[in-house]
Amino acid sequence: MSDSKLDRRRFLRIAAFSGIGAVLAACGGEAAPSAPAGGAAPTAASGGAAAAPTAASSGAASGGAAGGSVKELTILWAQWDPSNYLQQLVKDYQGVAGIDVKVVQEPWGTFGDRFFTEMAAKGTAWDMVVGDSQWLGQASTNGNYIEITDIFNTDLNGKALAPATVTAYAEYPKGTGKYWAYPLEGDADGWAYRKDLFEDPKEMEAYKAKYNRDLKVPETWAELRDIAEFFTRPDKNLYGLGIYTQKDYDAITMGYENVLFSWGADWGTPDYKVQGVLNSKEAVEALDFYKSLYKFVPPGSSNDFFQEVNNKFTAGQIVMAMNYFAFFPALANKSSNPFADKTGYFSNPKGPSGKSFAALGGQGISLISYINDDRKKAATEFLKWLAKDDTQKKWAQLGGYTCNNAVLNSDEFKKATPYNAAFAETMQKVKDFWAVPVYSEMLQVSQTNLHNFVVADQGTAQEALDDMAKKHEDTLKKAGLLK
Amino acid sequence: MYGAKDIESRTGRARQPAALSDAALKRLFLWPTLGLLIAFNLFPLLYSLYLSFTDYSAISSRAPQWIGLQNYRDILNDGQLWIYFRNTGKYVVLSVAFETLVGFGMALLLRRKFFGSGIITTLILIPMMCSPVVVGLFWKMMYNPGYGIFNYLLGFPAGRGPDWLSSPKLALWAVVIVDVWMWAPYVMLLCLAGLSAIPDYLYEAAEIDRAGPLYTFWRITLPQVAPLLLIAVLFRTIEAFKTFDLVMGLTGGGPGDTTELVAVDLYRLAFLGQFNTGKSSALAYIVLVIITGVSNIYVRYLNKLKEG
Repeated sequence: MSDSKLDRRRFLRIAAFSGIGAVLAACGGEAAPSAPAGGAAPTAASGGAAAAPTAASSGAASGGAAGGSVKELTILWAQWDPSNYLQQLVKDYQGVAGIDVKVVQEPWGTFGDRFFTEMAAKGTAWDMVVGDSQWLGQASTNGNYIEITDIFNTDLNGKALAPATVTAYAEYPKGTGKYWAYPLEGDADGWAYRKDLFEDPKEMEAYKAKYNRDLKVPETWAELRDIAEFFTRPDKNLYGLGIYTQKDYDAITMGYENVLFSWGADWGTPDYKVQGVLNSKEAVEALDFYKSLYKFVPPGSSNDFFQEVNNKFTAGQIVMAMNYFAFFPALANKSSNPFADKTGYFSNPKGPSGKSFAALGGQGISLISYINDDRKKAATEFLKWLAKDDTQKKWAQLGGYTCNNAVLNSDEFKKATPYNAAFAETMQKVKDFWAVPVYSEMLQVSQTNLHNFVVADQGTAQEALDDMAKKHEDTLKKAGLLK
Repeated sequence: MYGAKDIESRTGRARQPAALSDAALKRLFLWPTLGLLIAFNLFPLLYSLYLSFTDYSAISSRAPQWIGLQNYRDILNDGQLWIYFRNTGKYVVLSVAFETLVGFGMALLLRRKFFGSGIITTLILIPMMCSPVVVGLFWKMMYNPGYGIFNYLLGFPAGRGPDWLSSPKLALWAVVIVDVWMWAPYVMLLCLAGLSAIPDYLYEAAEIDRAGPLYTFWRITLPQVAPLLLIAVLFRTIEAFKTFDLVMGLTGGGPGDTTELVAVDLYRLAFLGQFNTGKSSALAYIVLVIITGVSNIYVRYLNKLKEG
């Protein structure tokens, strides 16, 4: 018995070996990327951007063969159908360059957290990211993205893209011609509606009698509200529409900005002035209008985003549904929507200014700056392949929402799904929330103030926007963007 | 005769290195635990205290910059946060009060054994075993004014009842109701343990003295159960102060600010795109100080009860 006792020396020896083993295991998980070559000359991006390497400076623009020693590339994106389409699309790249491209999918709830924490550690877990449009400012000024201005309009065929998508998904600061992403998945808000109800002779007659105009796809927001009012019949559990009201992240802000832009107002000016812009007369009217739509949503709609709106539509509870185009495939599918055959789609109508805009969704694909030069080169070559017209055409065929105008405007694309024509029209008129590094603080304020006014019925539109303008101004000043 | 040395040489023990002493063995068990506690409790606690005095953001590659009490000043001067503290206070008081009343009431009903009392007790305990997120999601359906069962049980026709989660006046009550449904059984469980520990002779003596039921309750039952009841109240107060998942599942903090509790705001500040790590650490410490203060009051009262 005594022979098996653990003596102090043996214990210390085992402990030391275990410790060394653990340290080696922790360090040896992944081959450390080689240090960037000295040739990578960083360029200082304007607008307070940190020194960032350019795609050309990493040797990517030399047009050399893709990869070299690189045999696989990884892309981080959110977990949703377009990521599956992308995974399908990039299989072709194996035949083109002999490189396996893997799309790593992260649930939406943790997508941003995972990306930015990895970037804080200058991580190299992925070579590219399909990042949210609002991340542009933060990721470019933090030095997380590689600037691709040098190749954007040449190798990446930037001129072939819908101009609004270039501004929204690629450029930061806006209007400077500095590009950090290739617009990959275009998306914006549009509408689904019940064609069967719109085309019902009895409904058409009753509508005409009440509003003295034909019941058809609305051309203005005022018409849309009338239609919503007309179809709101609580005794039949039928309501006019479903809109974004959720307080989390950006839902109600995105819903409101559909009308804000169409009323001719904006979040601010390109030089970050918000007072008198965000709380202008037009903006106040737009907010009052958005609140008036809330009267025609079903009960229990105080916290709705894309999933809830789609659910209400497929349950036959609402006649019109505001949603991102990316979520319309579920409405066109008979297995998930019993009204799929009777569902039509239209883009945002015009506001009193005669203008029509749509809140932007979607993402651009960016190169991560911390990967080594070989991987940067391989990833850049991949982007060039991705930007080709043929690749974009196939991307659209698979279900991806291309931003390539040639594909968007083709009859083949417009007829491919019942909502593609509305999507192509919408992509020409998208606008977005701030994409500055402090966007999340500004978003938090807009979410709170809009929810307080629209859903909780507290205060007036003017008070909500005045307070928002003051807080946004403070944030922009604190960030050094507004003097 | 053999000496001790002879025995050692025969058994070979003299050649063996010394075995671990009792003291060394104690340290062997103690050190890993201490190491884990320091690494995962003490270090994060102290590091987050340090971070609360900096402008650090977890997603920034910039090192933390010391800004002194700025975060604390910002928090305490932020009118919006005081609204969240007020909401939290209201929520804690309402939910803990009702949980105590309902839990203690159920314990009194179930203290005497009757046919089926075992299964009833088990069924009552089910809500506290459910995940708060799941509870939040299914109560959201139950509260739905169109098809939810809650309004139906209250006697409202479908679609005519109040919209519990969208109404600024009812939303906080809606969350309180769910919290009481979920956690009153926990109070009941502790109270049942306290009630079963009361010696029968106390009641027998009271009966001999012809004490009435109310007198018996105030002078025997309540004082005897009080220590355990207070522990239940203490735990529930701490938990209610930290409520996050239930609110996110039910209302997301809305409508407006009406159910935005401090823990929910802390989450938004620390994550959700903002990653304001320094400020959120400061807020977490303010919450910690409040909870510690409240807990101390309870503990002192509990000690008084024990002494008394």
